[in-house]
Amino acid sequence: MNQQPGRSGLIFNEPLLWEKSREGRCAISLPNSDVDRVELDPELTGDAPELPQLSELDVVRHYTRLSQWNFGVDSGMYPLGSCTMKYNPKTNEVQAARQGFAGAHPFSGDEFSQGAMALMYNLEQYLAQITGFNAVTLQPAAGAHGELAGMLMIHAYHAKMGKQRSKIIIPDTAHGTNPASATLCGYESINVKSGEKGILEPEIIAAVMDEDTAGIMVTNPNTLGLFESNIKEIADIVHAKGGLVYGDGANMNAIMGIVKPGEIGIDVLHLNLHKTFSTPHGGGGPGSGPVAVTKALEPFLPIPRVEKKLDSYKFVTDCPDTIGRLHTFYGHFGVMVRAYSYILSMGAKELKNASTLAVLNANYIKESLKGTLNLPYDLPCMHECVFNDEFQKKDHITTMDMAKRLLDYGFHPPTVYFPLVVEGAFMVEPTETESKEDIDQFINAVKAIVKEAKDDPEKLKKAPLLTKVTRLDEVTAARKPCLRG
Amino acid sequence: MRYLPHTKKDIETMLKVAGHSSLDDLFNCIPDDLKTKNTIDIPESLSEWELNAHMEDLASANIACKKYNCFLGAGSYDHYIPAIIPYLISRSEFITAYTPYQPEVSQGTLQGIYEFQTMVTELLGMDVATASHYDCGTALAEAALIALRKNKKVNKIAVSGLVHPSHRQIIHTYISPTGYEIIEIPYTKEGLTDVGALKGMDDIAGIAVQSPNFFGNIEDLKIFKTIADEKKVLFITSFTEAIAYGLLKNPGSFGADLVAGEGQSLGITKSFGGPGLGLLAGTKKQMRNLPGRLIGKTKDANGDDGFVLTLATREQHIRREKASSNICSNNGLNALTAAIYLATTGKIGIREIAQQNHDNAVYLKTSLEKVGFESAFDTPFFNEFVMKVPEGFEQKRDALINDKCTFAGISLEPFYPELKNHYLFCATETISKDDIDQLAKEVQ
Repeated sequence: MNQQPGRSGLIFNEPLLWEKSREGRCAISLPNSDVDRVELDPELTGDAPELPQLSELDVVRHYTRLSQWNFGVDSGMYPLGSCTMKYNPKTNEVQAARQGFAGAHPFSGDEFSQGAMALMYNLEQYLAQITGFNAVTLQPAAGAHGELAGMLMIHAYHAKMGKQRSKIIIPDTAHGTNPASATLCGYESINVKSGEKGILEPEIIAAVMDEDTAGIMVTNPNTLGLFESNIKEIADIVHAKGGLVYGDGANMNAIMGIVKPGEIGIDVLHLNLHKTFSTPHGGGGPGSGPVAVTKALEPFLPIPRVEKKLDSYKFVTDCPDTIGRLHTFYGHFGVMVRAYSYILSMGAKELKNASTLAVLNANYIKESLKGTLNLPYDLPCMHECVFNDEFQKKDHITTMDMAKRLLDYGFHPPTVYFPLVVEGAFMVEPTETESKEDIDQFINAVKAIVKEAKDDPEKLKKAPLLTKVTRLDEVTAARKPCLRG
Repeated sequence: MRYLPHTKKDIETMLKVAGHSSLDDLFNCIPDDLKTKNTIDIPESLSEWELNAHMEDLASANIACKKYNCFLGAGSYDHYIPAIIPYLISRSEFITAYTPYQPEVSQGTLQGIYEFQTMVTELLGMDVATASHYDCGTALAEAALIALRKNKKVNKIAVSGLVHPSHRQIIHTYISPTGYEIIEIPYTKEGLTDVGALKGMDDIAGIAVQSPNFFGNIEDLKIFKTIADEKKVLFITSFTEAIAYGLLKNPGSFGADLVAGEGQSLGITKSFGGPGLGLLAGTKKQMRNLPGRLIGKTKDANGDDGFVLTLATREQHIRREKASSNICSNNGLNALTAAIYLATTGKIGIREIAQQNHDNAVYLKTSLEKVGFESAFDTPFFNEFVMKVPEGFEQKRDALINDKCTFAGISLEPFYPELKNHYLFCATETISKDDIDQLAKEVQ
């Protein structure tokens, strides 16, 4: 493990908040109230909630220690496939924290919110440019929320055309959110298999596409990291039967400036600002899932929409065909500020460069690890590549064992056991912000682990050895759920 | 570009290993006719300092760039945020981590959210709280879907007309494609949900009531629970002002089955309406119906305590089309922010903040009454209330914004056309007696 980043550090134990609590402590000093105290009817009031009682330093130490048990992109390489864990620029945080943005009340009125609205309007335009679509909504709060928005628009489109449809085609490589979003619109998922080359075959789609099928949901590049090169033909098949093509833009980071999904037969596409556009994942969110559409679908966009008239902006709700509202206000504005800052920092040239280097990094890893790990689809990849544990089976070592051992080497493991089409999948997405040295270190770590799998398989079974906790009992956690202290 | 580390030499070496002769070759697997012939037409890249200038221009075009007196609520509230909250939540180990799928290196997020779940259940008097949702409106829509799916015979849910108007719209967006409907419960002249009207509503799968309601008034949740039990349907409550439950009896004590709430008040900036924090809690019986992530306590191989994502068999990445929801990303970082806020204020602080909110709101209402405003409803409220305003108020309100950076309430007419000249006012702990006296003087 020489020269690998992983080693055990100075890690503190830290109890649960309420175990530190002592009666009478409080970590906030409030101004003295200068108005009369007015008691509410005791029928309406309850006891104060039993929250922990701590001093300010108690709170600071608690969360500082907790943070040290976490691995983030700032700690090291985080090659989670399909998650695009690229560097989150710090200037984006500074921009979002500006008082004029962070302090803005959503009901201040259009006249007093022109800066925020200009930013939203511009961001919509930029995303439309990047994706090749006619119009964009920023309202969805996450990728899955964007999928729901897109599917609701497809649903509303078919309703408007006079006949609702009952099915939707979903490839086996799709994220789980795809079928789940379709279900929310009442569509039955028709699952189709990818062909031998890991991509969709037009004949397979033609065989299932009919006039009761609303359309297809396609992730392109797909989750095997392969470009769906038959997309145009597939879109033609779906369109010929009156269906629409939903594009899952989770993997847009591979194709900025190379392919504009709006130009290749996709009708509606969601983006993840927290993937492609560098906003942080925050340990699970908040993200933002803008949706781009063709002209035909524009009337169905959620409300409110931002409109520009002369040099001023206003929110518009008078859209008779809209799918309605998806968020209490306008979506995750704070996330939009970060993505907007990223796009302006990059410009068109560097966005294309980012995609190119993301694809270079993935292909470099694919070729470098090809003999070490089994590569089920040995084809030129886009921004990610998928290996599995086939070679390690004889030593009874699984993808999970190797993933856990990578933690000891100081890397976050890749996405494991997804996509479902590859048994024991080990799905690596390095992103463009990782340098060759860091990637080489990762490659060496994987090679060292594969060697350990032969020489010392027991060690891998016990891994991770250097983390604060070792493998956790997830079975008991689910059988006897303990969800609160 | 400073985010891209590749040197020319790196690129050459890596291309060679990858078996490509140029960067363009990397895209040979894409048919030429699918590649765009158009460039991305956006502004040229900006340096960090140019970006600062541009962003400051935009931020300055929002009135919020100045210190302003915020008598606005309606789902987004102005509260003090102690300095330690932005400081701690800025730790990049929290910000730049993914969903805690690898628990061994995510114990910070996991314990933090477990503590969040615990404090939310404590605040609301519920058994289980999820690891967060997008906002109150989307959490409430999910709660409505739980009720509707449970009852196969009916397709309607009764929703109070005093649930936040946006939330009612979101519910409609979520439930209508699958053939479900909202029946809106009207409101009384006291500014409360009409119990009598609800009693007459049959064939419903659930009842949803917001308290404090959109007018700021505190609903008698006990009655709604009784009706829900009589009708054998789920009782759902919601709220937009989480601080209220520092003072009010919690929804759990009234027997709510599901609670959806907005947690923005818990240390999260208003940020033009998002990201806020969707809170979603339920009784133990509802645990497996709840959408989104849950964190549970368990042991590691050495017998030490640790935390993991659990009950994932409800979720889309396992259940796909049969999942209880499509949610994947939630508002985790804001949940952690809220947890830090709740730990900071603690039992003593949250009570005092809640009380100050109520005191200031009562003082504001009394002060406005003295200068000719008319109380719309004679009903107990928390920190928001409705006033019928005197002639000419609208012009004065505009002038106050421009001249004094004071936002005096929100007109209710766009939401309730029957309430012409009615405004919703809010006072939190950030408003001082002087601010209120000044406002009363200006609108006299």
